[in-house]
Amino acid sequence: MKAHVYKRDHINTDEIIPARYLNMDKEAELAKYAMEDLDTEFVNKVEAGDVIIAGENFGCGSSREHAVWALRGAGVKAVIADSFARIFYRNCINNGFLAIECQGVSKHIASGSEIELNVKKGELKDLTNGKVYPFAALPDFAQEMLDKGGLLNLITKK
Amino acid sequence: MGQTITEKILARHAGRDSVKPGELVNAKLDLIMCHDVTTTPAIDMLKEHGINKVFDPEKIVIMPDHFVPNKDIKSAEMIRKIRLWADEMGIETFYELGNHGVCHALLPEQGHVIPGMTLVGADSHTCTHGALGAFSTGIGSTDLAAALATGELWFKVPPTILFNVSGTLKDGVYAKDIILEIIRRIGVDGARYKAMEFKGEVINALSIEARMTITNMAIEAGAKSGIIAADEKTLAYLKDRSEGEFEILHSDEDAEYEQVINIDVSDLEPMVAFPHLPDNGRSVSDIKEKIKIDQAYIGSCTNGRIEDLRVAAEYFKGRKVAKGTRCIVIPATTDIWKQANKEGLLDIFMEAGATVSSPTCGACLGGHMGIIAGGEKCISTTNRNFVGRMGSPDSEVYLASPATVAASAVNGYISDPRKDLGE
Repeated sequence: MKAHVYKRDHINTDEIIPARYLNMDKEAELAKYAMEDLDTEFVNKVEAGDVIIAGENFGCGSSREHAVWALRGAGVKAVIADSFARIFYRNCINNGFLAIECQGVSKHIASGSEIELNVKKGELKDLTNGKVYPFAALPDFAQEMLDKGGLLNLITKK
Repeated sequence: MGQTITEKILARHAGRDSVKPGELVNAKLDLIMCHDVTTTPAIDMLKEHGINKVFDPEKIVIMPDHFVPNKDIKSAEMIRKIRLWADEMGIETFYELGNHGVCHALLPEQGHVIPGMTLVGADSHTCTHGALGAFSTGIGSTDLAAALATGELWFKVPPTILFNVSGTLKDGVYAKDIILEIIRRIGVDGARYKAMEFKGEVINALSIEARMTITNMAIEAGAKSGIIAADEKTLAYLKDRSEGEFEILHSDEDAEYEQVINIDVSDLEPMVAFPHLPDNGRSVSDIKEKIKIDQAYIGSCTNGRIEDLRVAAEYFKGRKVAKGTRCIVIPATTDIWKQANKEGLLDIFMEAGATVSSPTCGACLGGHMGIIAGGEKCISTTNRNFVGRMGSPDSEVYLASPATVAASAVNGYISDPRKDLGE
């Protein structure tokens, strides 16, 4: 999997999916515009299974869950950030989408690097130099939601 | 150990005597607010999961506002879907065009918010309603679907930062300037995951509408919620609006705050948040360069209420919007529109060369009714100045109070509202 690294802090949901596309809500439609106001080339570069790595407070701003759907629709498997804004983080967990807090990683990995992600072990490995970055395991409730495929599956199974 | 008002509300709704920051609780919800953009996906999710009824139709309020009046075929289809679903679910409180408004202005105005309640809305600025002493937070569509189905949601109890606001506001300085200053100090993630509680002599002196301007922007510091304990002013505001029963809660004397921030606003000046983050604030008198603006926007859930329009109108009386500047005024709700009309404010705006249009979130989020082009600058009473927020990713948004925006509209460049204006 390839890492698309954005060193910036405070990448907001308006940049991830601009409001002009909020008259749609299907992943495949939204995917075409993922990250458009931050990087118009992103949708051409991203391949299924890639990850985004970014700085602090990723996903701040609007509560639009379309941000998660646009990324997932574009093939993004996980977002790894120094920290996340709370509504975006919640939306990720509720969708069973991987959001991993790994402090400082955006400063060390070059964009385009091949990486390996071991969620159970809590390790991110930069395959270009073999360096390993540990991260804290997901909280139990988040792991449960991830395993069940999201909040609504969890509710209906209860 | 004492508790904060936020902890008390969450504890009561989780069936507990007390809760501590960091604990996960399942809280019962007293009210759920839905709007056009985030509700349609929630309806699809409910249907996909075979959930054919909502937990309590009387605790659900629907107020399409982002793309109303319908901006295109796709949004028209979205809102139609919500309308049909609401009928099917027996949800009667649906604010149709003609009674519509920006949700965070409409919800308290119509008496849906009472102190001590828990309320969620599928919109990040739902933190606004903490101004009436409620626990109120923004959620996404999956949370909305779960809330609609079960009437409860999981929350991590947030630690609270107390903002003790003292001093006396100078003329020309408003609630918007206070919150822009607070966000400038703590940053756009300065209260991430936390509750922001506001108190002190300045907060006491503010009207309920002005308090809403403050709690509205708690999310711009990353907060889960903003809250102000209810007082006599809250009771007066609720008197003719709400019949709900409530108890007024206060934080205990020995409540544990993560941090207490004392702010004396006596020397505070009108603030302008520069592109592209709300924490990029500067005092207006520190702005030495002449920043020419293409558009001035007065409206939104932050500053589109009647008091905001009254302040703005003072600047337009007998003056004109500068040549080369467009000015858009959007009363946040139908009732505000009617009141502004009755007071002659709409005439003042239009005589000055501004345009007044139907309540909508519209231009604030770059949806419709006032999009800006690449290379353009807009000074706005709204809450976010992110890249591309009001239109082209090559445009710029500056955030300020209605007074500063109106003064800037008259001059055609970002201006100090305390200085003499031209004709």
